[in-house]
Amino acid sequence: MTETLAPSTAPAVRRPLTSRRGVRILGGLLLPVLILIAWQLSSVLGLVSVSQLPSPAMVWIATVDLFDRGELTLYVAISTQRVLIGFVAGAVLGLIAGALVGLSRAADVLFAPTLGAIRAVPSLAWVPLLIIWLKYGEESKIVLVAIGAFFPVYTTVALALRHVDRHLVEAGRAFGLRGVKLFTAVQLPAVVPSVISGLRLALAQAWLFLVAAELLGASMGLGYLLSISGTNGRIDRILVAIILLALLGKLTDAILGVFEKYAITKWA
Amino acid sequence: MSASTATTTSARLAAAAGGAPGRARAATGTDAAFAVEFARLGRTFAATAPASARPVLRDVSLTVHPGEVLAILGTSGCGKSTLLRIAGGLDSPSAGSVQIDDSPVTEFDTRCAVGFQEPRLLPWRTVAANVALGLPRGTTRHAGRACVAELLELVGLTAFAGHRPAAISGGMAQRASLARALARNPGVLLLDEPFGALDALTRLKMQDLLLDVHAAAPTTVLLVTHDVDEALQLADRIILLGQEQVAPDAAAPGATIVQELTVPGNRPRDRGSAELAELRGRLLAGLGIDRHGDARGVASSTGIPHFPY
Ligand SMILES: Nc1ncnc2c1ncn2[C@@H]1O[C@H](COP(=O)(O)OP(=O)(O)O)[C@@H](O)[C@H]1O
Ligand SMILES: [Mg+2]
Repeated sequence: MTETLAPSTAPAVRRPLTSRRGVRILGGLLLPVLILIAWQLSSVLGLVSVSQLPSPAMVWIATVDLFDRGELTLYVAISTQRVLIGFVAGAVLGLIAGALVGLSRAADVLFAPTLGAIRAVPSLAWVPLLIIWLKYGEESKIVLVAIGAFFPVYTTVALALRHVDRHLVEAGRAFGLRGVKLFTAVQLPAVVPSVISGLRLALAQAWLFLVAAELLGASMGLGYLLSISGTNGRIDRILVAIILLALLGKLTDAILGVFEKYAITKWA
Repeated sequence: MSASTATTTSARLAAAAGGAPGRARAATGTDAAFAVEFARLGRTFAATAPASARPVLRDVSLTVHPGEVLAILGTSGCGKSTLLRIAGGLDSPSAGSVQIDDSPVTEFDTRCAVGFQEPRLLPWRTVAANVALGLPRGTTRHAGRACVAELLELVGLTAFAGHRPAAISGGMAQRASLARALARNPGVLLLDEPFGALDALTRLKMQDLLLDVHAAAPTTVLLVTHDVDEALQLADRIILLGQEQVAPDAAAPGATIVQELTVPGNRPRDRGSAELAELRGRLLAGLGIDRHGDARGVASSTGIPHFPY
């Protein structure tokens, strides 16, 4: 049997099911929904006592209650603000330091060992020092978040710049590019994909360091909510804070993900 | 069919090269052609851990005249690329000197344009933007765009102007790389096996293209190749790099000029002339190949048994 396609009907490219947008979103929601159902069932059937694990309904009530008091909005806003300011500051400094160390052998020799040592310090070790130096104000939290965001960006940028194809850099120089022009024409585009994955790591790390900062010395924010609810035994509020952190982290990462997609089609 | 396509294409190339490029390209870059002078040049690469310092080139003395096309022949790994890189200021000699237009070559000398052995296109730029990278500084946007469009037309890549390097074939990438070097309109054009990755037919077309461009805007060309016929077709003069025999069974370390010959006749040359065939035999012998095509020194009985086994 022969079958001729009319010239106008282009052969439809079948996309695999897993790459369709709707399927991806539904598939991603499947597990959270299952967890929610299991959670609800375990409370209804009395598998765990509600004093150990409050039911979803109780967590929802706690959320609404916090919202009505105005605390929820305030805490989310202040935490997001700290993360964003700290992330931007840390990422910009990380880009500069990474560019210096990645491009200049001298800067590599001078700075890389020290930065490596500072990087090895666990995040919580900074907290007492920052609190003494910067008090309980905003600065101490923002600085800690910035430290957290700095290192992933610094490391990925320095490493990526060191591994830019030397043939391409030589070709750029042979065609008269030098200094900033060479950097923007050859080295920067070559490292854009790794810079963005560094930024995503940095953002995740920023949220991590934020909670560390707020757990130990804050009067507002989601970390503070966690710490105060822990002291008061309010498991429902702890769950509210954890769920909000998950949602906020995922949301900010998704925003960077969109930017990454755009950058990769433009440069890679 | 292929023959007629080739004729029309070469006619179009010739017309284009004779007309537009000469005019548009005269607006930018240098119109001068510079002399290149190598004086007792040597290059030794520093020792890496296991091996001792390795001399690659030694005692290369040569003057390339302004507007001349010089072909550099030699076996693979004998230092052709190294010589070219030194001429362009991409590498520096460990002995002797190179001068362009009577002044020493500077680092990444702006009087040269290099067509690298590999295409070396920027993967995130389109083919057209890659060619534009070659434009001399101070080219106006308008003139630059016209020049790039013409060069793409010449190398037959107009239809692929908007493609990324990853989306074109290796031969196309090499043609784009050649166009980028031509865009520079340099005083000295350094081409490192520019036609190496091309299929036989495209290679002949690109050779003719190079001759057309050279005729329209004569510049000094140093052309590295391992193809004897290509050298004979394109060059005014051919040098053969190789190791000099100092004793019957000993060669001096490092390659130098072992043969130098001027190719007779004006371009474009008859690809089949008897005079060229004679030179061809001599060059092949210099490369260690007998003219009937067998490698010298390889035993003729290679262990394959003769017919009545
Ligand atoms: N940067 C370098 N460091 C060490 N050795 C090199 C370097 N560049 C080239 N060489 C050596 O010099 C020799 C000549 O290389 P090259 O000029 O590329 O040869 P060709 O172009 O004739 O094939 C090769 O054996 C190569 O290993
Ligand atoms: Mg080579």
